[in-house]
Amino acid sequence: MSKVTIKINNIPLEVEKGTRIIDAARLLNIDIPHLCYHPDQTAKAHCRLCMVEVAGQRKLQASCTALATEGMEVLTDTKKVYDAQVGVLEMILADHKQNCLMCARNGSCELQKLCQRFNLLVPDLPSVSKNEPIRVTNPSIVRDPSKCVKCGRCVKVCADVQGVSAIAYSGRSADFSITTAFDAPLDETDCVLCGQCSLVCPVGAIVETDNTADVWRAIHDKSKHVIVQVAPSVRVSLGDQFGMEPGELVTGKMVTALKLLGFEKVFDTNFAADLTIMEEASELLSRIQTGGTLPLVTSCSSGWVNYAEKHHPELLPHLSTAKSPQGMFGAVVKTYYAEKTGIDPKDIVSVSVMPCTAKKFEATRPELGRDGYRDVDVVLTTRELAKLIHYEGVDLINAPESEFDSPLGTGSGAGAIFGVTGGVMEAALRTAYEKLTGKTLARLDFETVRGFDGIKESTVDLDGTPVRVAVAHGLKNADELIRRVKSGEANYTFVEIMACPGGCIGGGGQPIGTTNAVRRRRIKALYALDQSLPLRKSHENPDVQALYRDYFHEPLSHRAHELLHTSYKRRETR
Amino acid sequence: MAKTVSFISRNFGTYAPSSLDSYESVGGFQALRKALTMDGYDIAAVLSKNQVQGRGGAAYDMGKKWSQARDVEAPLKCVVCNADEGEPGTFKDREILTRDPFQMLEGMIIAGWAVNAQDGYIYMREEYSHLRPLLLSAIDQCEKKGYLGEDILGSGFRYRLHLYSGAGAYVCGEGSALSESIEGKAGRPRLKPPYIKQSGVYHLPTCMNNVESFTLVPGLLMDEQGFYRSQGTRDCPGTKMISVCGNVKQPGVFEIPFGLTIREIIDDLAGGTQDNRPIRLVQLGGASGRLASPSMLDTPYTYRDMERAGLTAIGSGAVLVVDNRTSVVGFLRMTQEFFCHESCGQCTPCREGNRHIKLLLDKIAAGEHTLRDVATLSKFANIMCNASLCGLGETAQSALLSAMEHFPDAFQIKREVAIR
Repeated sequence: MSKVTIKINNIPLEVEKGTRIIDAARLLNIDIPHLCYHPDQTAKAHCRLCMVEVAGQRKLQASCTALATEGMEVLTDTKKVYDAQVGVLEMILADHKQNCLMCARNGSCELQKLCQRFNLLVPDLPSVSKNEPIRVTNPSIVRDPSKCVKCGRCVKVCADVQGVSAIAYSGRSADFSITTAFDAPLDETDCVLCGQCSLVCPVGAIVETDNTADVWRAIHDKSKHVIVQVAPSVRVSLGDQFGMEPGELVTGKMVTALKLLGFEKVFDTNFAADLTIMEEASELLSRIQTGGTLPLVTSCSSGWVNYAEKHHPELLPHLSTAKSPQGMFGAVVKTYYAEKTGIDPKDIVSVSVMPCTAKKFEATRPELGRDGYRDVDVVLTTRELAKLIHYEGVDLINAPESEFDSPLGTGSGAGAIFGVTGGVMEAALRTAYEKLTGKTLARLDFETVRGFDGIKESTVDLDGTPVRVAVAHGLKNADELIRRVKSGEANYTFVEIMACPGGCIGGGGQPIGTTNAVRRRRIKALYALDQSLPLRKSHENPDVQALYRDYFHEPLSHRAHELLHTSYKRRETR
Repeated sequence: MAKTVSFISRNFGTYAPSSLDSYESVGGFQALRKALTMDGYDIAAVLSKNQVQGRGGAAYDMGKKWSQARDVEAPLKCVVCNADEGEPGTFKDREILTRDPFQMLEGMIIAGWAVNAQDGYIYMREEYSHLRPLLLSAIDQCEKKGYLGEDILGSGFRYRLHLYSGAGAYVCGEGSALSESIEGKAGRPRLKPPYIKQSGVYHLPTCMNNVESFTLVPGLLMDEQGFYRSQGTRDCPGTKMISVCGNVKQPGVFEIPFGLTIREIIDDLAGGTQDNRPIRLVQLGGASGRLASPSMLDTPYTYRDMERAGLTAIGSGAVLVVDNRTSVVGFLRMTQEFFCHESCGQCTPCREGNRHIKLLLDKIAAGEHTLRDVATLSKFANIMCNASLCGLGETAQSALLSAMEHFPDAFQIKREVAIR
C-alpha cells in the first residue's frame, strides 16, 4: 500500500492510501462521533453522525466510508459539521426510549456518551418513540426495540462473523427496524444465543437477561448455601469494567470481591475444565481405538452446541458427549460436593460467572440437573458480575487478593487456556499424549493451534501417531470447517469449535468494548497465565485426581457417564 | 420556435407497437445495423457530440457514461434500463413504452454492443405491469428475428434482454437500490463507492440509463442531418420528453425543444390552468423537485437556465402545475406524506427527518407554529440534504427548502405563541 498525505483540520498527516478518515482522525487523537461505525466491522454508514467536510465535495461525507486520497483536506469541526452531528443526534434521541436511569447500559451507552459530549440540553424535536414491548423470550438475550438506534452493528456481526443472520432489517421509513424473520421470538429462529449482538450494540436494545437479583435473593436467604464458579476467561476481562488495561489478570481481586459479595465458597471453573479434558481426551482416545465417530468435535461452547443442534444436526454424533465445564461443575457441586459437605443439594444455590449469554440457556437444559433441581441455578455474565461488585461497593483495583476455595478451586494451565480459541485443543492434546503414550510430553506448547486466524489446521504427532486437528472460532469460520469435513476435503480426527471470535475471552457476555484488539490482549494474558503455573496438565490436577479416586473412579466410568456426559438433539427453527 | 417537436416521439402512432414487422416498416433496427459497424467509443462520441444528458433525473453526461462503461475491463457486464419512473407527476417513459417499445429495445441493444455487455435488464415499475405482455412479446420477437440472442445479425455479438418488475418502492429508482431489487433483495440503496458502473446488478459493472435515454439513441445514430442538434438553444441543444399535469386544461406528454419557457409549456401545450385560475406554484422534476413561484415562469426550460433560477435542472421531466386552490403548506404536506412513505429508513436523517418535518408542517398548517419551529424545519431539511446516505434523502426536502426561499409568507407566524 502506498502512503498519502492528507490534512485533517489543517494538520498534515501521512496515512496508508484508503485509510478510513474516521481511523485517520484517531491517529491525531480526534474522535469523530459515531454510532454505527465499529472497528471490527465493514462500514454501514447508517447513522450519519460521523459526517465531515471534504474540500471539493458539496455534501458532507461520512468519515466511516470516506477513504484517504492524496491531498485530501478534511474538516471535522465546522459549523456545518456540528449542526449535522447535533441534529442527527437529536433525531436518534427523539426515537429512543429514554429510561436511561433504569437501563442495563446506563454508564456504558454510546448514545448517552454522545449526548454528554454534545451537551444536549434542550432538544428541538418531540419524542416519536413508539414504546414497543420488551422481548423476553429466552433465558439469554432481551431485546428492547424502542431503544434500537438502527445502527446495524448487530445485523453485521450476526451475518459476517457468525453467518447466522437471525436478525436483519425489516420495514421502511419510520417503520424500519431490526428484528427476526416474521418477528418470531429469537429462540425460535436461527439464533444460537451467542450474544455477540449484545456486545456490539451501542445502546440497551440488545442486552443479556439480567440475573443479578436472583443472586441477591439467594445470598440473603439464610437457608441457602450459595457457591460460585468462575470461568477461565473472566479473570482477564473483568478488570476492563473497572478501568483496568485490557487483559489484566484479576483472579485474586475477583475472588476477594466474590467473597465480600457473600458467596460461601468461591470455586474455579478451571477445575471443571480439567475434568472436561479428562473425559474428552479419554473419549477421543476411545473413539480412535474403537473406530468411533470421528472427527470428535468439542462441545464446551454452548453457542456452538446450539448452532450444531439448529444448523447441522447431522453432525451431532461427532460432538463430544462430555458436558461443558459449567455443566460438569454444576453436577459435581450438587452430588460430590453435596455429599462431602452433607448439604442437601436442594439447598445449594450454584451460581456461575460466564463470559457467555448462551450459558444461561445451557443451564436450563433438562440434562443439566436431576431430581427436580438444576446443576447450575444462576448464570451471570462478566458484565453482571461487574454490576454486583459495583453494587457491593468493592474497589476492585485496590482489593486484596484471595485464593479460590477448596476442594473445587484448583485449576491447571490447561484449564485456564479453555478461554481462548485453540485452548481446549491444546489442553486435550497435552493429556491425550501422555495418556496414550505413557510418556512425559517434552514441550507443552502446541503453537500451531494458537492465534487469531479463523481456521487453524495442524497435524500433531502423538508419538508416532499423526493426528489431524483443526480449530475454528466464530461460527462463519466453523461453517467453513464443517464444509471441509463434509466434503471430505479434510480428514480431521479432532476439531475444536468456539462460537465466539477469539473463544470465550471474546464471548457475548464479556464487557462492552470487547473488540478484536482487546481479544488479542486477553489471549496473550491467558497464555501467560498458563506459562506461569506450575501445574499445566489437566490430569496432574490433584483435586481432579482426588475426585476420580473418591467418586468417579475413572474417566468414562458409569457414574461419569451419568453425571458428566450429556446428549444433543436436533432443534427446529422457523 | 416550434413549441413541440417530433424526434424521440417520431414513431408515435406510425406503427403497431405490438409488431416488430411494423416497427421495421418505419425504419426500425436500421440504427442497430449501423451501430454494429461502429466502435463502442464512436457510438458514445455521437451522444457526446449531441450533448445528451441522461433523462432519468441526474442529468449525467450520457456519452461519458457509455465510454466509461466501455472502459471497464470485465468478463461480464450488463446494461440496465431504469423504467421505474417513480417521480410523482412523471409519465413520459410510460408513453414511450406504450407507443414505441421497440425503439427503446433497439437503444438497449445498441448500448449492449457499445459497452460490450452480455445482458440487459429492464427494471419496470410495478404500476406498469400492464405493459409486461407488450414488452415480453417485443423481446421475444427480437430474439426470433435475430436482433437478440447468440449472434446478433451475424456480428458475433451475443446479448439477451430480461424484464423485471419492481415491487412498488420509489427508492428503487435509485441505481443501487434498483440493483438490489433485481437481485431479489429489499430495495435499499448501497454504500457508494463502489458505484454501479463498477459494481451494479449482480455486482457486475453496470451501465444504467433511463427509458427516454435509450429511446433517444437510435434516432441520434441515424440523424445525419443534425436535426436533433438544430433544436433547442445554443447552450442546450436537442429535445426533451416532458409530462405536464396538475391543474391544467390538457395534461399530457409532450416532446419539446429545450428552451421553451415554463409559461409556454403551461399555456401553449397544456392549455393553461383550469378555469384560468392563478398559478400558486409549479413543481419541476417530480416530488424531489424544487418549486417555482409565479414570478419564475418565464425561465427557459434548459439545464443551465433552470439551475441559475434556483430550480431543479429538468430532473425527471415532470411539470406539476398547482393553482391557488392549494396552499403552499398544503402542497408541502402532500409531498411530505409521500417521502414519509417512501424513505427506505436505513439512514437517520431520512428515516427520522421526514417524520419530524411532517409533524412540523402539520403544526404550521394548523397555525400553531413558533419562530423556533420554522428554524427547526429549516435546520432538519438542510441536514437531510447534507447528510443523507442516498439521493432520496438528499432531495426529499427540495420542495420545502425552495418554498422557504420563494414563499416566505407561507411560514409566517399566525399568532403570538410564547417562545421557550
